[in-house]
Amino acid sequence: MSEKFRADFYQNFIEDDRWKYIVNGLGNTIKITLFAVLLGIALGFLVAIIRSTFEKTGKLKLLNLLCRVYLTVIRGTPVLIQLLLIYFVVFGSVRIDKSLVAILAFGINSGAYVAEIFRSGIMSIDNGQLEAGRSLGFNYSQTMIYIIMPQAFKNVLPALGNEFIVLLKETSVAGYIAIQDLTKGADIIRSRTYSAFMPLMAAAVIYLVMVMIFTYFVQRLERRLRSSDH
Amino acid sequence: MKKQVIALLMAAVMVGSMAACGSDGAETTTAAADTATTAAEAEEGKEEAAAGDNVLVMATNAEFPPYEYHDGGDIVGIDVEVAEAIAKKLGMTLEIEDIAFDSIIPELESGKADIGVAGMTVDEDRLKNVDFTEPYTTASQVIIVKEDSDIAGPDDLKGKYIGVQLGTTGDIYASDYEADGSTIERYNNGFEAVQAMQQGKIDAVVIDNEPAKVFVSQNEGIKILDEALTVEEYAIAIKKGNTELLDKINKALAELKESGELQAIIDKYISAE
Repeated sequence: MSEKFRADFYQNFIEDDRWKYIVNGLGNTIKITLFAVLLGIALGFLVAIIRSTFEKTGKLKLLNLLCRVYLTVIRGTPVLIQLLLIYFVVFGSVRIDKSLVAILAFGINSGAYVAEIFRSGIMSIDNGQLEAGRSLGFNYSQTMIYIIMPQAFKNVLPALGNEFIVLLKETSVAGYIAIQDLTKGADIIRSRTYSAFMPLMAAAVIYLVMVMIFTYFVQRLERRLRSSDH
Repeated sequence: MKKQVIALLMAAVMVGSMAACGSDGAETTTAAADTATTAAEAEEGKEEAAAGDNVLVMATNAEFPPYEYHDGGDIVGIDVEVAEAIAKKLGMTLEIEDIAFDSIIPELESGKADIGVAGMTVDEDRLKNVDFTEPYTTASQVIIVKEDSDIAGPDDLKGKYIGVQLGTTGDIYASDYEADGSTIERYNNGFEAVQAMQQGKIDAVVIDNEPAKVFVSQNEGIKILDEALTVEEYAIAIKKGNTELLDKINKALAELKESGELQAIIDKYISAE
């Protein structure tokens, strides 16, 4: 049994330096996830501000409409199709770094979800806080920055962490545009050795460990933010 | 479910005894009379001789024209017809299972399918996991480029972006160029690689000769280079150690080759394109 395990392990990871597919794939997965998260936060933050400003003050009507179209389209279609559309249609006849395509696709996709998470955070803060800020002489944006946002951020942190975990795992479809991410790396090994267990388990364990590490840091951040409660 | 398994097992035993009889005329005398007649009927290709559950399950990836592809609701192609001809010779009914290319061998190993017929090339890594029959056709890995490309032969692939279909022989051979600074882009389907090349995202596509002809005939502005990357042989994959089935299929293949039936099937698809 352990003999077979050793032989399988050798064939799947050591022979022909196959472990490199996993390591390079992991690098690409991390790169895509990291930049997509940043893009998602930037986009989501912007959209959430526009939407909640409209809801609280009635301003930015046109922008609000645009944001709603963005949310509807992005949340209403599968991320894989968005990825393929961006690769084969939007960048139809140009040679473009595929990681960039993936970052754009996953970032734009994540932005829509992050926007709603942020908005729920902003809306969860009692309107009295806004009124209090305004009556103390803050203008609207100062109230948002110094009073509403810090409280909202604390409220949405678990949901935000959740979204990033989803995003990390969602990047596993990047292989569809021939990006060699972690999943594709495992697939390449699988296509060479014809064994399913080793490469897929390796990829699964790596995803799991990444999510666990991330969860640990989010929890620590949550605890620190909560230390000011009471 | 359990009954089906038992029925299948019984069918397998029956088929086994038939083959034992059929493979050597001299031995049939020792076998029971009724088995001998069944075997004789099977030899003549009478499907009635086979019971309803006497099924030969073929695993393939029907995205590889002209070897196997979807035509309307059916899966057709050279491999499908070859497998059908073999099944007929064995007195079995063919059942096609359309799965991902890299799942075909695991499927054989787990016994979910009996034969893998998917334009598979015999290579060492595959031989570790399955047995192969005698080759039924040869194919070459060719290079498709845009008509105005400066790539004229395999040597020019160095340092270029090469598109392949993941897990195919073209993928394995093209991967050798990674050491020369080429980037291999592994798509899930051959046509996606061709599409990416047409859009200028990659420089060349390495793929089997026959599907390449189809891609070139269906798309403007691309061509196959005269000099092929490799020439190789296609064979049917069978679960390792199942020599009984292997021998039977080899025998059927030899008969099909001799009668010219095999060549007729290949010509039908390749001249049609």
